[in-house]
Amino acid sequence: MEEEMHTDAKIRAETGAGSSPRGPGCSLRHFACEQNLLSRPDGSASFLQGDTSVLAGVYGPAEVKVSKEIFNKATLEVILRPKIGLPGVAEKSRERLIRNTCEAVVLGTLHPRTSITVVLQVVSDAGSLLACCLNAACMALVDAGVPMRALFCGVTCALDSDGTLVLDPTSKQEKEARAVLTFAVDNVERKLLMSSTKGLFSDAELQQCLAATQAASQHVFRFYRESLQRRYSKS
Amino acid sequence: MKETPLSNCERRFLLRAIEERKRLDGRQTYDYRNIRISFGTDYGCCIVELGKTRVLGQVSCELVAPKLNRATEGILFFNLELSQMAAPAFEPGRYLNLFLKLLYISDVWLKISKMIYLFKIHFQVWQIRVDLHLLNHDGNIIDAASIAAVVALCHFRRPDVSVQGDEVTLYTPEERDPVPLSIHHMPICVSFAFFQQGTYLLVDPNEREERVMDGLLVIAMNKHREICTIQSSGGIMLLKDQVLRCSKIAGVKVAEITELIQKALENDQKVRKEGGKFGFAESIANQRITAFKMEKATIDTSDVEEKAEEIIAEAEPPSEVVSKPVLWTPGTAQIGEGVENSWGDLEDSEKEDDDEGGSDEAILLDSIKMDTGIEVSDIGSQDAPIILSDSEEEEMIILEPDKNPKKIRTQTTSVKQEKAPNKKPVKRRKKKRAAN
Repeated sequence: MEEEMHTDAKIRAETGAGSSPRGPGCSLRHFACEQNLLSRPDGSASFLQGDTSVLAGVYGPAEVKVSKEIFNKATLEVILRPKIGLPGVAEKSRERLIRNTCEAVVLGTLHPRTSITVVLQVVSDAGSLLACCLNAACMALVDAGVPMRALFCGVTCALDSDGTLVLDPTSKQEKEARAVLTFAVDNVERKLLMSSTKGLFSDAELQQCLAATQAASQHVFRFYRESLQRRYSKS
Repeated sequence: MKETPLSNCERRFLLRAIEERKRLDGRQTYDYRNIRISFGTDYGCCIVELGKTRVLGQVSCELVAPKLNRATEGILFFNLELSQMAAPAFEPGRYLNLFLKLLYISDVWLKISKMIYLFKIHFQVWQIRVDLHLLNHDGNIIDAASIAAVVALCHFRRPDVSVQGDEVTLYTPEERDPVPLSIHHMPICVSFAFFQQGTYLLVDPNEREERVMDGLLVIAMNKHREICTIQSSGGIMLLKDQVLRCSKIAGVKVAEITELIQKALENDQKVRKEGGKFGFAESIANQRITAFKMEKATIDTSDVEEKAEEIIAEAEPPSEVVSKPVLWTPGTAQIGEGVENSWGDLEDSEKEDDDEGGSDEAILLDSIKMDTGIEVSDIGSQDAPIILSDSEEEEMIILEPDKNPKKIRTQTTSVKQEKAPNKKPVKRRKKKRAAN
């Protein structure tokens, strides 16, 4: 049983008795997270989803350049570096999405005229990269002790040509999918913080993906909770 | 972010300790820190940890036309990125000197050493690109980067190629196993830090020691004791026998490091061949309290359809769009009335134009707005010719009546029909204020 799992640890269990081609039992790949692994940044986390791996480092609240300072809250900056080549437009747009998500949860008003910098480094990309970046950023912010009003997580769904929903797709599944949707949800009320979609889908499918994301986010938040409990519990 | 300056007492403490042959982490003068090498799932990806200094290396390749003056050689492109994660002071633009120096050293060492033999394939050559990212800066970036580059190059597999006459076939990894690069030798850099005008010397300085050092000597050597590069920086004056002694030490260290690299590469190859688990997930130690793993989890999405239908049924239908276009003349239509002129009483201009970009397009793209408050592009209600106002930041654009206007609003909800209203013939457009 080990041998099948070595490159891509993911099963697609076709439950639902084949009644509807949509929404079979999906699965998330195996997760791993390590916090506080870098000595220089205030907080750091490495988040792995299957073979996709992102390393995040957070500096802050720290000194900010006068040109960038905001008088009543912290300036949040997100930097995403790809593994190969120089950062391009795709990285800039992802940075913006992640920044908007973080700004929605970080209590910047507690630290006015400071800067909080989140640096993300793509260590390996095997599908659902944006979701992995979001998760890594959240864990790094927690590790840095930045005050937040909620935790957030990212989940990617892919819809293939016959409408089957796949959660946490691999890069092969993403390439063959008709639409790839990434959502960020917070853990207080499972509300939507950010969405980024690519491809063609109907609004019923959108709602289904959202509902699936909310279900999946429960698992991710449970993972966060358990990993933090492991770290901070006394036993 | 500015770098935290080193306090005088810390500096004095470090120098005094070095004079007494003591190092803060308990090492001896010629000791290296622990080196840990881990590999990723793709070929050519590795992370090297030299103590706390961490470097990520990735090798990639592609076929390109060769350089004109070197038509038969492949191209080796080298990029060392000092990520902002590594130290708060590594902002783009700052730290140019250190960066350039590092780049120069690494470039020179790698190129001169001609590590790899890349041959020509029928008018095209391989361009091998080595990207190194510094993840954490705790001193001695050069050594860590050199180890990472060597390991990544040795680990990398390029696609197999076959040439038949004029035809070149590039096989994908599924068709044929990728082949390793042909590596002549593995040059490793060894850094020596000098203190007190060359009196004291330390191998593998960490970040604190680098701050108080006078100068740095870098020797790149391979395990056959051939020196590839020597570089001395900082303006220290060294005696001949000091340099010779350093090269002897370097020889010993390089032999140890090369052995470590070989072992790591062999281990990884063994694991891959036997089909065990490999990749970064495996290198996360299980026992660490800061690390946590969770196996794959199945999510029950069987009720997703019903939930979705519920939501759609319960949601209010999108608000009615009051779109009563008024056709003034062929090619001129108007939707809506526009808002009050909020600029105060300007005698001349009655028109208020709309192109403010008030709702940021970027935000619309990022988040789904469930409320369908649509801001319709407004056009001034009057149909008389437009009079310019006093504002300087306008450019006047005259549109032909039959030309299609540019669309100004992107709507997230698909409610509004895609009927872009035709603008008036003369239209004032304020310069888009950058919202960010």
